[in-house]
Amino acid sequence: MSHPIASLSGARVRPDAPGALLAVLALALLLLSLPYPALQLAGEDGFTLNPLAWWAVQAVAPGWVAWGTGLATGVAALLALRATPGRAATLALTLLTLAALGGLIALTPTEEQGAVGSGFWLCTGAVALLALVTVARVSALPLPRGLDAASALLFGLWVLLFWELLTTAFAVPRVLLPPPSSVAVALWTHAATLRDDLVQTVGKAVLIGYVLGCGLGVGVGIAIDRLPFLQRGLLPVASLTSTVPLVGVAPIAVMWFGFDWPSKAAVVVLMTFFPALIGTLAGLAAAGKLERELMFSYAASDRRTLLDLRLPVALPFIFNALKVNATLALIGAIVAEFFGSPTVGLGFRISTEASRMNMPLVWATIVVASAVGMLAYALLGRLERRVNFWHPAIRAAA
Amino acid sequence: MTTPTATLPAAARTRRPGAPEPALSWGARTGPVLAVTLAVLVLWYLAAIALNAHGAIERVLGGPDGAWSATQLVQTTWAMQRPILPVPHQIGLDIWHSVRDWPIDSPRNLLLHARTTAEATLLGFGLGTALGLLLAIGIVHARTLEKALLPWIVASQTVPVLAIAPIVLVVLGSLGFTGTLPKAVIAMYLCFFPVTVAMVQGLRSPQRIETELFHTYAASRWQALWALRLPASLPHLFPALRVAIAAGLVGAIVAELPTGAQAGLGARLLTSSYYGNTVQIWSALLMSAVLGLALTALVGLLERAVLRRHSPTAQGKLKS
Repeated sequence: MSHPIASLSGARVRPDAPGALLAVLALALLLLSLPYPALQLAGEDGFTLNPLAWWAVQAVAPGWVAWGTGLATGVAALLALRATPGRAATLALTLLTLAALGGLIALTPTEEQGAVGSGFWLCTGAVALLALVTVARVSALPLPRGLDAASALLFGLWVLLFWELLTTAFAVPRVLLPPPSSVAVALWTHAATLRDDLVQTVGKAVLIGYVLGCGLGVGVGIAIDRLPFLQRGLLPVASLTSTVPLVGVAPIAVMWFGFDWPSKAAVVVLMTFFPALIGTLAGLAAAGKLERELMFSYAASDRRTLLDLRLPVALPFIFNALKVNATLALIGAIVAEFFGSPTVGLGFRISTEASRMNMPLVWATIVVASAVGMLAYALLGRLERRVNFWHPAIRAAA
Repeated sequence: MTTPTATLPAAARTRRPGAPEPALSWGARTGPVLAVTLAVLVLWYLAAIALNAHGAIERVLGGPDGAWSATQLVQTTWAMQRPILPVPHQIGLDIWHSVRDWPIDSPRNLLLHARTTAEATLLGFGLGTALGLLLAIGIVHARTLEKALLPWIVASQTVPVLAIAPIVLVVLGSLGFTGTLPKAVIAMYLCFFPVTVAMVQGLRSPQRIETELFHTYAASRWQALWALRLPASLPHLFPALRVAIAAGLVGAIVAELPTGAQAGLGARLLTSSYYGNTVQIWSALLMSAVLGLALTALVGLLERAVLRRHSPTAQGKLKS
């Protein structure tokens, strides 16, 4: 990192404490906020300004929450000023910022109680800056391999918490953007419904369609391996299908196969077939000339060359197609349910609850669908690492 | 075929594997494609006979005990009002009539729908490409962004976003955004990802020796970005743009489904499927396929125009 040229090859030469400037700003904001009221409480005659400074707020939340919030923010800002933070200091900074944000969320009044004042906003600004500092600090830490995702997870946590804070403080209508807490409540209360939807959409349509579509795609790709004529004919046609919105066949599928899961599975088969075919064909053509000549000089048969050289080389391509297909399959099944479905299924749930403006449940359904998508992606990634452990790209990452 | 060269093109099969392949003639390249297309069309017509026969006998030819010949049956199955599977020439005629017989601003004209969808797609594509470029430049230059944001960018694509389309539309609609913009937002969400990933790779593609040269020129980081990284990333960018615009089109079409939109290919699909008008569904599908090809070709033209102006090294690296 100290080499001058390192600064050009993508890595920046940074001061050892990123975010010191942000910490100074945060401290300034906190000091600015001290004389201002935190909350405008609804009295008998509309808004009455709380005469006390924000850290001594009493009517809505217990005063010590406000005190603690201010204190945590101050200590965190002072910690963030340190020049060479280690792991312990970064952890302390993160926890303090988390505590301060928790305090702010706890202080936020409901609409009947009143609105938040300028002192509150200034303090929130300070905490937001500190949150940025923590993400930068955690990214800069040399962490062990298991904690690679730490800074990304922290960033996600901040987004969720600030989403919660801002939607409640601004009293955003639920229809527009429900706070994460209400989505969590919807997840909890409608767990049984969502489970049935999951079984209907993912358990039946997506799984069956995905296995059939990918299996056919890879199978056809290997089958026409010996037929260059078909290969050259099919590859352009298959590539063309990637520019065609195949989701559009959903209404036709519903007409042919009825409202239940077979129609969704048919859409999924069609959507996943071509990417799997293209990936397989590209992978089988990817083996290097040198390796092929080696097999040739061993007098290896076609089958041997396929099994020992070309299929292993093709596996990364095939896995890429499988990963892309996992998301495609979900999209296909859910969108196909918009065109008609039994009264169960993730797509059905989204479209009906959206029309009934029951947004927390819609978001809960989306959380479920996204979790399935991420899980499938992660599982395929692990499987790929298990199967392709020899591949240079995998070895480099390990 | 006992040599491992069986996988090489026919023209190369007599040669030692590893020898440079002669470029295939135009005929050798298009012949197989034409053959496959022709086979698909023949199968389509045959499948239409098989699928529509039942309905044709029931509704047109007067029941199973009526007197009709095989020729009549075939003719009937290829010219039904509401076939289970319409044949290609029916679909072609339907598109032709909708484009010819109605003014360009009539909702019966498919061109109007295609234009509506294309507008949303192109707007989303422009926004998505800009966002992707910005994110990639940020990620290449700041480690914090790379570590905190890149995993989420990858995760964002495992979210079945098209499923979220209804909500995005509801939210933006209640904020007073209707028409093209909400659809473009969904198209943008699908467009930005391939651009981001390809550009991160592309901006990092310059060799060490090139970055060192810039360092000896005392080039600033912005100068290095402008004069070295961006030009070097172009060959990575264009394949991603082709993927992005196709994805954006799918996004725009699906975004038209749940809104009760009046215009757009997605809306056309939905109304046709409500009325069970199969020929119209197929013609909307075919039209979206044509639109997809046209948009991809547009990106291809752009690519040729841009890369011609750039150094031969960029052309040398171009794979597709």
